[in-house]
Amino acid sequence: MTQKINSHIPAGPIKDKWTNHKANINVVSPANKRKLDIIVVGTGLAGASASASLSELGYNVKSFCIQDSPRRAHSIAAQGGINASKNYQNDNDSVHRLFYDTVKGGDYRAREANVHRLAEVSGNIIDQCVAQGVPFARDYGGLLDNRSFGGVLVSRTFYARGQTGQQLLLGAYSALNRQIAKGGVKQYNRHEMLDVVVIDGKARGIITRNLVTGEIEKHSAHAVVIASGGYGNVFFLSTNAMNSNTSSAWQIYKKGAMFANPCFTQIHPTCIPVHGEQQSKLTLMSESLRNDGRIWVPKKMEDVEKLRKKQIRPRDIKEEDRDYYLERRYPAYGNLVPRDVASRAAKERCDAGFGVNETGKAVYLDFASAIDRLGRDVIEERYGNLFQMYEKITDDNPYETPMQIYPAIHYTMGGTWVDYNLMTTVPGLFSLGESNFSDHGANRLGASALMQGLADGYFILPYTIGDYLSNEIQTPRISTDHPEFNKAYETVREKITKLVNNAGKRSVDSIHKELGHIMWDNVGMARDEKGLTEAIEKIKALKKEFWSNVKVPGTSDEFNQELEKALRLADFIELGELMARDALNRSESCGGHFRVESATEEGEAKRNDEEFAYVSVWEHAGDDKEPILNKEPLVFENVELKQRSYK
Amino acid sequence: MNLKLKVWRQKNAKAKGGFEIYNISNISPDTSFLEMLDILNEQLINEGKEPVAFDHDCREGICGMCSLFINGRAHGPDDDVTTCQLHMRKFKDGETVTIEPWRSAAFPVIKDLVVEREAFEKIQQAGGYVSVNTGGVPDGNAIAIPKEDADEAMDAAACIGCGACVATCKNSSAMLFVAAKVSQFAKLPQGKPEAARRAKAMVAKMDELGFGGCTNTGACEAECPKGISISHIARLNREYLVAKLKD
Repeated sequence: MTQKINSHIPAGPIKDKWTNHKANINVVSPANKRKLDIIVVGTGLAGASASASLSELGYNVKSFCIQDSPRRAHSIAAQGGINASKNYQNDNDSVHRLFYDTVKGGDYRAREANVHRLAEVSGNIIDQCVAQGVPFARDYGGLLDNRSFGGVLVSRTFYARGQTGQQLLLGAYSALNRQIAKGGVKQYNRHEMLDVVVIDGKARGIITRNLVTGEIEKHSAHAVVIASGGYGNVFFLSTNAMNSNTSSAWQIYKKGAMFANPCFTQIHPTCIPVHGEQQSKLTLMSESLRNDGRIWVPKKMEDVEKLRKKQIRPRDIKEEDRDYYLERRYPAYGNLVPRDVASRAAKERCDAGFGVNETGKAVYLDFASAIDRLGRDVIEERYGNLFQMYEKITDDNPYETPMQIYPAIHYTMGGTWVDYNLMTTVPGLFSLGESNFSDHGANRLGASALMQGLADGYFILPYTIGDYLSNEIQTPRISTDHPEFNKAYETVREKITKLVNNAGKRSVDSIHKELGHIMWDNVGMARDEKGLTEAIEKIKALKKEFWSNVKVPGTSDEFNQELEKALRLADFIELGELMARDALNRSESCGGHFRVESATEEGEAKRNDEEFAYVSVWEHAGDDKEPILNKEPLVFENVELKQRSYK
Repeated sequence: MNLKLKVWRQKNAKAKGGFEIYNISNISPDTSFLEMLDILNEQLINEGKEPVAFDHDCREGICGMCSLFINGRAHGPDDDVTTCQLHMRKFKDGETVTIEPWRSAAFPVIKDLVVEREAFEKIQQAGGYVSVNTGGVPDGNAIAIPKEDADEAMDAAACIGCGACVATCKNSSAMLFVAAKVSQFAKLPQGKPEAARRAKAMVAKMDELGFGGCTNTGACEAECPKGISISHIARLNREYLVAKLKD
């Protein structure tokens, strides 16, 4: 490991690491907690659960979100469920099995110790949420129900219809509201973080913009926690919310918090296909649908052509003329292979010409056999809201005709590098949930994002931040008059002034769409050296185009959504270049990162453990300098590295 | 499709607003309503005009950020959807589409079609929670909850906090919003210990913030994008009455 990064993984057997670590780290007394301020940016599962828990412990928390309410954070849109190794189904689940599945599912590019800790606390999360009144699905005996998700052979996913993320977030939001009412959390809605303030090497505050008035504000604290989500919107079209952005993560990168594995992005196999250039976002259809839906394309090209011309309907194709390609290729896991595998398999069939819609980029997800087997009522109870959502968007009824789906950008495994304490390379600056990189390796398993967000916020950060803050009890409240605050304030002000005064011609969205095309074509589902090298040059040129030709109507001192978007796009463009650079460096395939040059004969991702069993940790070296690559070696002591097989 | 859009424009909370007319053409019926507004904004920016401000985020009907009164209906002419899930196939070629913000004294306009829903936050903060700290809770399966109760709690908990109920109600009542939270907890054993306090505190806060009273017209239920039933209002009334009788 290079000197700049130290993962601080505790010694000892994996099952004892977290227990021993908790026993050995420092604790802050209640009297001192009252004197300490913590800023939390983001109110999704990770941020809201952290803010509530930290306030319950007695810290003063300032919580920030860009929407008009903490409840709008994009965790709300997670559909399918949350994993926990409760073994309520008696199907031989355990902490070890959840740990093993997650490391394997991540294609052996996650840190073992973090993943094991995640599995250890997973059960507590369910208990906590039940206590908050989260209405999880129950069976007729009144106990909690489970469903299956991709990449595993047990049933460990807890759910609340197709709205699990909503219910978990509303649980965390209710805990947050209780603390706001008590005065432990000061909530700032419609505020966007635009810089972090580092004083004498430690994170001491942030600069924000009040999105209603345009006022630039300075906020100080003894520690800063970033929980601002992932960066999927670098592709313009993704399943992320329109306002999801990377700016907090990118600002801290430029102030010294290194960025890990930026090229690890997840393409989700079951999204509604793109309908045209005017489309603004993609809609996910939950992975839970693969419990009962079967994925297929026709075997015969003549049927494909007739389908595209609408001369026949999918139901007209005989059973023996259908290619259930996941069941054919992966008999053990079938339709429940992990997301990266299912996505590539769909692309393979569509590239071979078997896509079922006019664009050739869609496959069927068919519920006919499940409806025959279980009845329409059961399917409606399980997926009713998803079917309704699909019908509203496409005008097709999935009870009667198969859904059309295609892969889309969904989640980003990469993110701010953190050590075992969830602290970045800047002391006092922490990163939680999708913002950090730590638990999912090169591919995240379904229903694990909710688990990680809540694990970080409820059960990990509240302990580990105490260890850092125990050395800050003598530090008086930080003044925002410090020159570093003024410097950061001025930098933000100048950037905004430049954007609103730019005499450009192009809208923010038109440039963002261009970035999206570059990213999807070259840094998307299949990547190669030539495409990635080209992408870096194209993105550099686009950065120039943005700063010289973007047009931001309105002024800086008012509610101005174009300005918000421009500030976010400036950061997406720079991150896009780093993603391409990272993908170019990692000439192996692993998980969601598929380098065409590195495939098995069957077309599966082929890892190169000898050269690439490390975390790529990128360090900002200056605005016009190439970033520096640091490496955190990944050591596997409890899981044997194998070619992943779901056959 | 070609459409005439009649859009509410208002510079800020203090400014006097008014309708502006815009023509928009070549819209695909498969375009979503908000994508149509994106196209309008692109057009306005290219003409050197200010784009229309509107709230939106997830664009899949769950975050509750989008609003809009479209042709006199909250979330537009389709049933059981939010504005972001509304598609242009629900309109006719050549139609005039009127787009306004939520109208309620409790939801002041910030700009154009964007309103401030801070009042909803204050109501939730008044009692929309179970008082448990992180940690020290029993096993998730320690209490069996009848499936019907869990399902009914989930029906109520599906509220997305968009404010359509308030915008639709002639009295600007927030009863359906409050009832959804009170009812969710009333159906669950976890919510029982604080049931009386919760119902009183949330109703008192709602009254304090200037929302009107409920006169049972049922308009809120009809326009709720999540189909939250007014039977939850009946339950809120029972909870409130029981709480008051204990005083």
